Amino acid sequence: MTAPLMLPMATDIGNPTVNIAIFALFVLATLAIVFRASRNNKTAADFYAGGRSFTGPQNGIAIAGDYLSAASFLGIAGAIALNGYDGFLYSIGFLVAWLVALLLVAELLRNTGRFTMADVLSFRLKQRPVRMAAAISTLGVCFFYLLAQMAGAGGLVALLLGVSNRAGQSIVIAVVGILMITYVLVGGMKGTTWVQIVKAVLLVIGAGIMTIWVLAKYTFNLSGLLGAAVDKSPAAGEKLLSPGLQYGVTGVTKLDFISLALALVLGTAGLPHVLMRFYTVPDSKEARRSVSWAIWIIGIFYLFTLVLGYGAAAIVGPDAIRAAPGKANSAAPLLAFELGGEVLLGVISAVAFATILAVVAGLTITASTSFAHDIYGQIIKKGQISGDGEVRVARYTAVVIGIVAIIGGIFANGQNIAFLVALAFAVAASANLPTILYSLFWRRFNTRGALWSIYGGLASTIILIIFSPVVSGKVDKKTGASLSMITDTGIDFHWFPLDNPGIVSIPLAFVLGWLGTVTSKEQVDVDRFAEMEVRSLTGAGAEKAVSH
Amino acid sequence: MSDMRDSDLTSYRDVQLSPDFSELRRRFRRFVFPMTALFLVWYFVYVLLADYAHGFMSQKVGGNITVALLFGLGQFVSTFAITMIYVRWADRRIDPDAEKLRHQIEGEPQ
Repeated sequence: MTAPLMLPMATDIGNPTVNIAIFALFVLATLAIVFRASRNNKTAADFYAGGRSFTGPQNGIAIAGDYLSAASFLGIAGAIALNGYDGFLYSIGFLVAWLVALLLVAELLRNTGRFTMADVLSFRLKQRPVRMAAAISTLGVCFFYLLAQMAGAGGLVALLLGVSNRAGQSIVIAVVGILMITYVLVGGMKGTTWVQIVKAVLLVIGAGIMTIWVLAKYTFNLSGLLGAAVDKSPAAGEKLLSPGLQYGVTGVTKLDFISLALALVLGTAGLPHVLMRFYTVPDSKEARRSVSWAIWIIGIFYLFTLVLGYGAAAIVGPDAIRAAPGKANSAAPLLAFELGGEVLLGVISAVAFATILAVVAGLTITASTSFAHDIYGQIIKKGQISGDGEVRVARYTAVVIGIVAIIGGIFANGQNIAFLVALAFAVAASANLPTILYSLFWRRFNTRGALWSIYGGLASTIILIIFSPVVSGKVDKKTGASLSMITDTGIDFHWFPLDNPGIVSIPLAFVLGWLGTVTSKEQVDVDRFAEMEVRSLTGAGAEKAVSH
Repeated sequence: MSDMRDSDLTSYRDVQLSPDFSELRRRFRRFVFPMTALFLVWYFVYVLLADYAHGFMSQKVGGNITVALLFGLGQFVSTFAITMIYVRWADRRIDPDAEKLRHQIEGEPQ
C-alpha cells in the first residue's frame, strides 16, 4: 500500500476478474429486484410513474441515484484532484440548483401534471404545438445526456476492466445498453427506481468509506490533508486551495465560468428525467420530502468528493492521475486502489458502472414516456388511446432509444463527454425552465410565448455550442494539440468565444417567452388557468396513487 | 357529462377568486420568491468572488483552510438550512390550508 504507483496502465492496477465479478453481482441483484417489481406493472401509471406509490424518502434516494452520474462521481473527484478548488465549484452549482426545484417547481408540477413535463407546460395553452415543443426539448436533453453516459462507459472500461481496444469497449457499451433496455422493459418506472435506489446507497456508502479512510490517514485533520495535496502537486502548489486554476486564466475563461454557473444552477429544475421522478410519489407533500432527502444525500456526497479529490491529489498525486488512461476520471479509482487494494477498487469500479446503468435507465424511461405519452398518445392519437396502447408504444420506443444510444455511444466513445453533460444542462435551463416558471406563475403567458421560449432556447443553445471552441478551433497552446471535438486543427469555424452558451441562451429564452406573449393576441384561457393555479397549490384533482 | 365539467371549472374559478385561496397563494409566494432571490444572490456573490477576487479568496484563515473553502462550505450550509426551513414552514403553513381547500373542491363540487 505504501509502494509508489509507477505510471499505472489500465491493465496494471486492480484485477479485472474481481471488478467484473462484483459488477456481475450488482447486475444479478438488480435484475432480480426489477423482475419482482414488474409483477405489479399493470397500468400506464404503473409503467410511467411507478404507481405513484413511492414514499418521499425512497424517491429522494432514487433522485440522488438518478442525478449523481459517473460524471459527478469520477469527474468531480478528478477535477478537484487536478484543478483543486475549481472542481469544487461544479458540485456547488449542482447542489444549490436543487433549491430552485424545491421552492418553485417540484410540488406545483406534481399537483398539475400526470406523467411528463409537457403535461404541465401544455396544461392551459394550445395543447398540440406546446406539447410537441416540450416533447422535442425533453427528447433533446435526454439524448445528449444519454450519449454522454454511454460514451463515458467506454472510457471507464479502459480504466477499470482493462479493455483497451475499441472493439472490446464497443461490446461493453452494447452490454450496458442491453441491460438498460431490460431494466426499463421489464421493470418500468418501478424497476428503474429500485435500481437507482440500490445504486445510490452503494455509491454513498462506497464514497463514505473512502472519505473516512482518507481522513483517518490525516488524523481527521482537513488542513493536514490539504497541505499534503499541495505538497504532492508542485505545479499547482497553493493555488490548489483557491479558485482560478482552471477558470481564472483570462477574461474569457472567467466569463465562461459565470456562464457555466448559470446553466448549472438553473438547469437542474428543467431536467426532464428529474421532473418525471416527482410523479412517482402520491402527493405534493411527498414530493417536497423527496427533494429534501435528495438535497441532503447529494450535498453530503459532494462533501465526500471534496475529500476524495484532495485525497487523490495527496495520496495518488497529479502525475500518476494524468498518466492513467482515464486521466482525471481515474483519480477516484486510483485512490481506491491505493487505499484498499484490488477489492476496494473492484467495489468502486462496480459502483461506477452501476451509476451509469441507473442513470441511462432513468433517461430511457423518460424519453420513451415522453414519446409515447406526448407525441404518440396526445398529438398523433389526440388522446384517443388506451393506457395499454400507450405503454406498448413506450416499450417499443425504449428499445429504439436503447439501440440509438448504443450506436451513438460507440461513435461518441473517446469524445469529450463533459461538454455533452454541460449541453444537456444548458438546454434544460434555456428551453425548459423559463416556460415552466412562466406557465406556473405568470397569468398572461400564452402559446406563442411558450413556443418562442422553448424553440428559441433550444436552437440558440445548440447553435452557440456548434460555433463554440468546444466543437472546433481550440488548441492547446503548449502542445499544439486540438482540444475540440473536431481534432483537425485546420478546421476552425468557431465565432462564439465561450464553451458554455448559458449566459446568452438563458436570458434570451426568458426574453423570448415574454416577447412572444406580449405580441400575441391570444386570450388567456381563464378557466384552465384557474384550474391550473388552484390545482398546483392545493393538490385538488391531482393524480392519485395507484392502489394494488 | 359536459355540464359536470363546466360546473367543475366554474368551481375552480370560484376557488381561485375566494379569499382563502388568495391568502394561501399570497403566503406561498411571499415565502418562496424572496427565498429564491436570497439564495440566487448569495450563490452569484460567491461565484463572482471565486471568479474575480482571487486575492481575497486565497487568504488563509487557519492552517490550510482558505476563505474560498469557507465560502464554498457556506453554500452547503445555506442550502441545507433553506431546505429545512422551507420544509418545516410548508408543512405547517401551507399543507393544512391547502388540504382544507382540496377537500372543499373534491368533496362538494358546486
